[in-house]
Amino acid sequence: MNAMQATRLVAAREIRVKLRDRTFLISTAVFLLIAAAATILPPLLSGGPSTVAVTEAAAGPLRAAGLEVLAVPDDAAAEQAVRDGDADAAVVAGPAVLAMDDAPNDVVSALSTEPPVRLLNPDAVDPVVAFLVPFAFAFIFFITSQTFGVQIAQSIIEEKQTRIVEILVAAVPVRALLAGKMLAGTILALGQIGLVAVVAVAGMAFGDSGGLLSLLGPAIGWFVPFFLLGFVLIASMWAAAGALVNRLEDIGGVSMPVQLAVMLPFFAVIFLNDNVTAMRVLSYLPFSSPTAMPLRLFTGDAAGWELVVSLALLLVAAAGFLLAGARVYEGSLLRTNGRTSIRTAWRERETLG
Amino acid sequence: MTSVLRLDGVDRSFGGRQVLKDVSFDVVAGRMTGFVGGNGAGKTTTMRIILGVLAADAGQVTWQGEPLSRDARRRFGYMPEERGLYPKMSVREQVTYLGQLHGLTADAARRATDGLLERVGLAERGNDLLETLSLGNQQRAQIAAALVHDPEVLVLDEPFSGLDPLAVDTVVGVLRERAAAGAPVLFSSHQLDVVERLCDDLVIISDGSIRAAGSREQLRSAYTTPRFELVVETDAGWLRDQPGVSLVDLDGARAVFDLAVGTDEQPVLRAALERGPVRAFRPVTPSLAEIFREVAK
Repeated sequence: MNAMQATRLVAAREIRVKLRDRTFLISTAVFLLIAAAATILPPLLSGGPSTVAVTEAAAGPLRAAGLEVLAVPDDAAAEQAVRDGDADAAVVAGPAVLAMDDAPNDVVSALSTEPPVRLLNPDAVDPVVAFLVPFAFAFIFFITSQTFGVQIAQSIIEEKQTRIVEILVAAVPVRALLAGKMLAGTILALGQIGLVAVVAVAGMAFGDSGGLLSLLGPAIGWFVPFFLLGFVLIASMWAAAGALVNRLEDIGGVSMPVQLAVMLPFFAVIFLNDNVTAMRVLSYLPFSSPTAMPLRLFTGDAAGWELVVSLALLLVAAAGFLLAGARVYEGSLLRTNGRTSIRTAWRERETLG
Repeated sequence: MTSVLRLDGVDRSFGGRQVLKDVSFDVVAGRMTGFVGGNGAGKTTTMRIILGVLAADAGQVTWQGEPLSRDARRRFGYMPEERGLYPKMSVREQVTYLGQLHGLTADAARRATDGLLERVGLAERGNDLLETLSLGNQQRAQIAAALVHDPEVLVLDEPFSGLDPLAVDTVVGVLRERAAAGAPVLFSSHQLDVVERLCDDLVIISDGSIRAAGSREQLRSAYTTPRFELVVETDAGWLRDQPGVSLVDLDGARAVFDLAVGTDEQPVLRAALERGPVRAFRPVTPSLAEIFREVAK
């Protein structure tokens, strides 16, 4: 058996155990509910008949369809009514539908032939959405890396605390053990946000936010590699923190720096997301780039090369932290007398490896 | 090729304190080797080094003449002193998992697990979470975990601690089977009476050094003065005046005595017969505890 097979066995066990964990299942279900609610409810709540500006001559069929009709003298006045926000849409000669950023389906379908839709400002982002999206990205990264990072630490401590680690280390390389845990954590984290994404996309389609979906698409696509590397970065720190202690109760003491490394970027992105300079800096810093960079892409502020450079920086940081985490893990895994200092763990390798 | 697990000149220090000094001994295939020593003598450290859980500072461990590799060690069975399995996993699932980690296929691991749980009397608790088992049953699960991959070599740190007498018998039975099948079995224990009953060979460690190693009989003859028990009909106090005799215990007609080196026991028997009937006269083999006390001094 080689290290790869050992890694797979370890990862499979971690996943199996987690999938039976009631807390994990419930929290996943709650996430899915939130994702569904956040995407399906707002369009439903903002529903009700659209107000349509139209000349009196053409108003008949629209009234018949149950729409709120705002009678205007001519097409220019109709367009002005849309721009002023007096009407959600206007029907003008052609016939054509005018709207600001989203064509109201009820208006379009009220016309017997589906007319071409001309959007006056197609790229505008709803201010509510503009606030929610950064929050959602930061929140997902924060919660997920926290949840699964802690899980990796706990699993390491459990093995240390029960001393089963001695049997494991006698059978498989220490690194395979760590790799298996990291792999399982990553798969579970990606699986969970994947499910959330599927539900959110389905919700947007169902709740008729198709326009938002096409805007968010690239940001979500880029979020995946950023998330992956960002997760490895954070999880490496959790692994090292877990290996330093012997009892679950002691994790608080060593996890402070890790918590800060997750929390500070989270709040920075939440509070500074409308500050262009701050966001540019944050989008390059490894701990905040997983959320800040996809966001800048979403707001149309990031060039393609910036994404690549930021991702490369994150890759280097994640690789560095992974190696350092592995070394601390190896150096402290079998020290079962009290807490190991990070310096001792770094200097001495106990096992044959 | 000899089927011997051999330690050769193993040293190990922790933070400047040397806990193993030039440790060398053999564990021979097909024999049960007891490993005894006081607390902190170095038993656990030695076993961890055999399993590669700890690195030796110097010296080496060989199996069948080859230095140990990870692949070779994967075919070892190990039971650490401070036990533990996953509390929240079922017994069957984790024993199977450990079998797979030791290189068995999923199928083979499942089959081996079922057989072993049956053997150690846990078949009916197999699907229970480990944490719901009594300590004794957890211990049986631990034995199953050490044996699931049908190891070539067994290294067990205190396998009997925490076991009730019935479970001790079960475990002893399982270990004897493995030894009979040709595996070297090294086990440590504080319970010298169990070691006495069980081991073929004995290694005694004290303060990080091997003080004695060899078969039980060799050690008995090497480390004790000849001792005899005599039972006569009247008071046996006259033994006190026999040349070369030092009384260990005198209880009326029954006496236990040591003979000085080079003294023959037959003249003592003749002297006893001259005084009257002799009901019993036999050599007393010293208990392991006595040898241990003698050697570890």
